[in-house]
Amino acid sequence: MSLVKETDYGTPASKSEKEVTLTIDGVSVTVPEGTSIMRAAMEVGTEIPKLCATDSLKAFGSCRLCVVEIDGRYGTPASCTTPVLPGMSVHTQTPRLKAIRRGVMELYISDHPLDCLTCAANGDCELQTMAGAVGLRDVRYGYDGANHVFARSRKDGAANFEWMPKDESNPYFTYDPSKCIVCNRCVRACEETQGTFALTIDGRGFDSRVSPGMAEAFMESECVSCGACVQACPTATLTEKSVIAIGQPEHSEVTTCAYCGVGCTFKAEMRGEEIVRMVPWKDGKANHGHSCIKGRFAYGYALHKERVTTPMIRDKATDPWRVVSWEEAIAFAADRFKKIIETHGKRSVGVITSSRCSNEETYLVQKLTRAGFGNNNTDTCARVCHSPTGYGLNQAFGTSAGTQDFDSVDDSDVILVIGANPTDAHPVFGSRMKKRLREGAKLIVVDPRRIDLVRSPHIEANHHLALKPGTNVAIVTSLAHVIVKEGLVNEAFVRERCDWDEFQDWAAFVSDDRNSPEEVEKLSGVPAEDIRAAARLYATGGRAAIYYGLGVTEHSQGSTTVMAIANLAMATGNLGRRGVGVNPLRGQNNVQGSCDMGSFPHELPGYRHVSNDAVREAFEQAWGVTLDNEPGLRIPNMFDAAIAGEFRGLYCQGEDILQSDPDTKHVSRALEAMDCVIVQDLFLNETANYAHVFLPGASFLEKDGTFTNAERRIQRIRKVMSPKNGYGDWEITQMLAKAFGLDWNYTHPSEIMDEIARLTPTFKNVSYEKLEKDGSVQWPCNDAAPEGMPIMHIEGFTRGKGKFVITEYVPTDEKTGPRFPLLLTTGRILSQYNVGAQTRRTENSRWHEEDVLEIHPHDAELRGVRDGDWVRIASRAGEITLHAKVTDRVAPGVVYTTFHHPLSQANVVTTDNSDWATNCPEYKVTAVQISPSNGPTEWQEQYREMAENARRVAAE
Amino acid sequence: MSHSTADKLVKMANQIGMFFAAQRHSDAVAGTAEHLKKFWDPRMRAGIIAHVEHGGEGLDKVPLEAVLKLAGK
Ligand code: SF4
Ligand code: SF4
Ligand code: SF4
Ligand code: FES
Repeated sequence: MSLVKETDYGTPASKSEKEVTLTIDGVSVTVPEGTSIMRAAMEVGTEIPKLCATDSLKAFGSCRLCVVEIDGRYGTPASCTTPVLPGMSVHTQTPRLKAIRRGVMELYISDHPLDCLTCAANGDCELQTMAGAVGLRDVRYGYDGANHVFARSRKDGAANFEWMPKDESNPYFTYDPSKCIVCNRCVRACEETQGTFALTIDGRGFDSRVSPGMAEAFMESECVSCGACVQACPTATLTEKSVIAIGQPEHSEVTTCAYCGVGCTFKAEMRGEEIVRMVPWKDGKANHGHSCIKGRFAYGYALHKERVTTPMIRDKATDPWRVVSWEEAIAFAADRFKKIIETHGKRSVGVITSSRCSNEETYLVQKLTRAGFGNNNTDTCARVCHSPTGYGLNQAFGTSAGTQDFDSVDDSDVILVIGANPTDAHPVFGSRMKKRLREGAKLIVVDPRRIDLVRSPHIEANHHLALKPGTNVAIVTSLAHVIVKEGLVNEAFVRERCDWDEFQDWAAFVSDDRNSPEEVEKLSGVPAEDIRAAARLYATGGRAAIYYGLGVTEHSQGSTTVMAIANLAMATGNLGRRGVGVNPLRGQNNVQGSCDMGSFPHELPGYRHVSNDAVREAFEQAWGVTLDNEPGLRIPNMFDAAIAGEFRGLYCQGEDILQSDPDTKHVSRALEAMDCVIVQDLFLNETANYAHVFLPGASFLEKDGTFTNAERRIQRIRKVMSPKNGYGDWEITQMLAKAFGLDWNYTHPSEIMDEIARLTPTFKNVSYEKLEKDGSVQWPCNDAAPEGMPIMHIEGFTRGKGKFVITEYVPTDEKTGPRFPLLLTTGRILSQYNVGAQTRRTENSRWHEEDVLEIHPHDAELRGVRDGDWVRIASRAGEITLHAKVTDRVAPGVVYTTFHHPLSQANVVTTDNSDWATNCPEYKVTAVQISPSNGPTEWQEQYREMAENARRVAAE
Repeated sequence: MSHSTADKLVKMANQIGMFFAAQRHSDAVAGTAEHLKKFWDPRMRAGIIAHVEHGGEGLDKVPLEAVLKLAGK
């Protein structure tokens, strides 16, 4: 595709339904009321010169380049700030306007370096374009007077104090103040689009300067490197370093970010096969032209020097690797798997896919298991994050997915965030949410830790329920208690949409005294009054939406909390329209998709149980095999079975189970016990230390496919460069399948999607042609909903009547006591992603060089721990050492860390407790003791040695 | 089946039993049995059945009856 340049309409679209007709340069145009003259002109193809306006930001009216004349009106109003009126007659080009514009441009250019030929923005500079547009031919004022352009005076060589050097502190973009025209677009982007408020304009008039923080360098300021200001800047002042290094791109492809579940779409701007930059796509329905540091800048891992591009095998995991051909590697892998099946039966092998893999890839891997191995031992890393969402929402509503699209938040009056940290883990959606909060929506945060949303510039939570980790069910049930007892139930909704008998049982249960705020205060540490106030706000504050994350699911009662949340939404009628709903924020990019694709051991694609004969028959017919009707092993069950000697072969695609699963020692014992571990990944990850076959994977830039984001939106990823390893991952799985005697002949991922659509009713009308045409679609997409479904359950629930489930609080076994008196909970931060395999291999590490332990000053003092000290964290599963960060973001009794770095091995201390329904591990609660330490533990040291050893490759 | 594996299955079955025991609208034993059938692979079910045949130590009442139901007893 040639380089796509989106049209800039100058000012945002008006949402008004009333229309206004006017004439611009004699052409009649009809636009929604509230539209600016500038935008109306652009609608009919007339581009009025502009500098300070761009359609992602509210009009500002500072540059005066966009002036127009209007019949019957005096003066020359700015077209960006002047709204259309019926019958107006506008002129965009008159002698008077021409003179004004030239004068404005002349002033700008007189304080701007004239090094266009060697400037990084050459060919993509609005200042340059506008100089051309207004016909600027000469500049009367020289540089001898005051200017920002030269370090020394051109007259006498004296230092020029108006001049400022470049700020190169940010690894991804440069700030060159000498090129700034003070249009304010960056400042407004940081406020309006990103919501960080890191930039201001310092000084007035000629002295004004863009200033990060308190006149700091970008890296020292609050800047989170989202790139919104860089994108908004019309000049080379803020420019991607990659553009400076490479030059302007010549073509682009639209693709989807491979990091988080927001699913931002980007234009990958290219020069040949070299990627110049990733620019968030304006038409992307999940991100509307915004991005975060990860998708925008952290793609360098795809080309990192540690990437392995040739297949390798070894007899024992303790041997060095041997580089071999694809044929040999595939034959070796298939051979070993066949031998295992012969000796130990067909249920002795299985697969795990990552939620980073595309829909087509995961579909093929589960097909390989079911049709090739003949069992249902397929699982995905969604097991360890959102499997309780699948179970819980399916019980309540009949669909394992969130109910809204992201845009719905624009209509919310109350936002309840439980166990999620959107500004760090789902940053682009976090920015959307913050925008709505700044417009006045109310906010309730339920989280043990004071996440950024609780208090950040221009945002303050109305209630922060800082509960003790592990008491979610008690808190949410107690919110319901208040709602029922105080008569705040939306009875009409419940009677119409839900099972009334079940509701009454539930209402009686929640009304019990043990669920009252006063009782729950004793377990959760949250003051009863706060619980009451939050419940009242949620039930009576207007349209109320719930957003939740892994802080809900990763508990022994994760599924129960999901159902408790669903109960709350049903009881208050907050479902089935805009602005409300129950919304799981998915961790990885394709968590939703990998669940949809039948990656779970009990479900065929489309969430249909393997014991369902009719469904199985449809697949049996299509695939020409007999399928197992018994559920297979889930990830933790695979480990248990491996240690028991009954599970001996694992094909692991894109997932680093050793690092991401709890109780690392248990996982490594399981891996050691297997006869054949196949790892398919970009890097020799931690799991590969125990592998026998390494199949190098392709990055998301090197293959075609689709991802499905947290709002059920299916979007394309597109190949922009040849795979360094030679094959797309779907081709590798196909080679393995062929070696297993399966006759697969897919020539393109679109054929895989066609098969999915044929076999899965909710995907019936999905195809690559449709995605090409519409950009994206939200499933279900079938004859009943040909264009997909942004908001679900509008008329009624998928399962029929909504189901109220009783949510009895059962405390986790993970209790504090004299040996382990503190509760450890885990989370993630903005610049890093999951186990960090990608982000650690980019400059993002500059923001988060190591995992640290957050501890409250009180607990720290008690243990003689000072900020920055090494501390030992011990649980009943193991111990690790990290640096301490003393902070009151965590409550006394609670400590917190992230798990982005392999050497910190945070999962050495997490335990094998898990959700009762799905075995999703309880990452969020571990009882620990903290003590001062001198450095890494023996295990950490040993592990490092072992890992170095395991990564050896034999010399040719 | 090793001791620790049985312990784990018992703990998981008890967790499941506790959820279904709290429901007022459905039969706790049937619910638990159904859950085990839908989500536990045959090996795990065989394991817990064997454990019950050896006395079922540590299993609460509801999951115990559910396992018996699964075993067809
Ligand atoms: S990169 Fe983002 S956060 Fe940083 S200054 Fe620019 S807009 Fe603000
Ligand atoms: S840095 Fe760019 S966007 Fe910001 S004021 Fe200067 S020219 Fe405008
Ligand atoms: S990581 Fe998430 S929020 Fe950031 S760019 Fe990618 S999809 Fe968007
Ligand atoms: S574009 Fe209208 S005043 Fe700058």
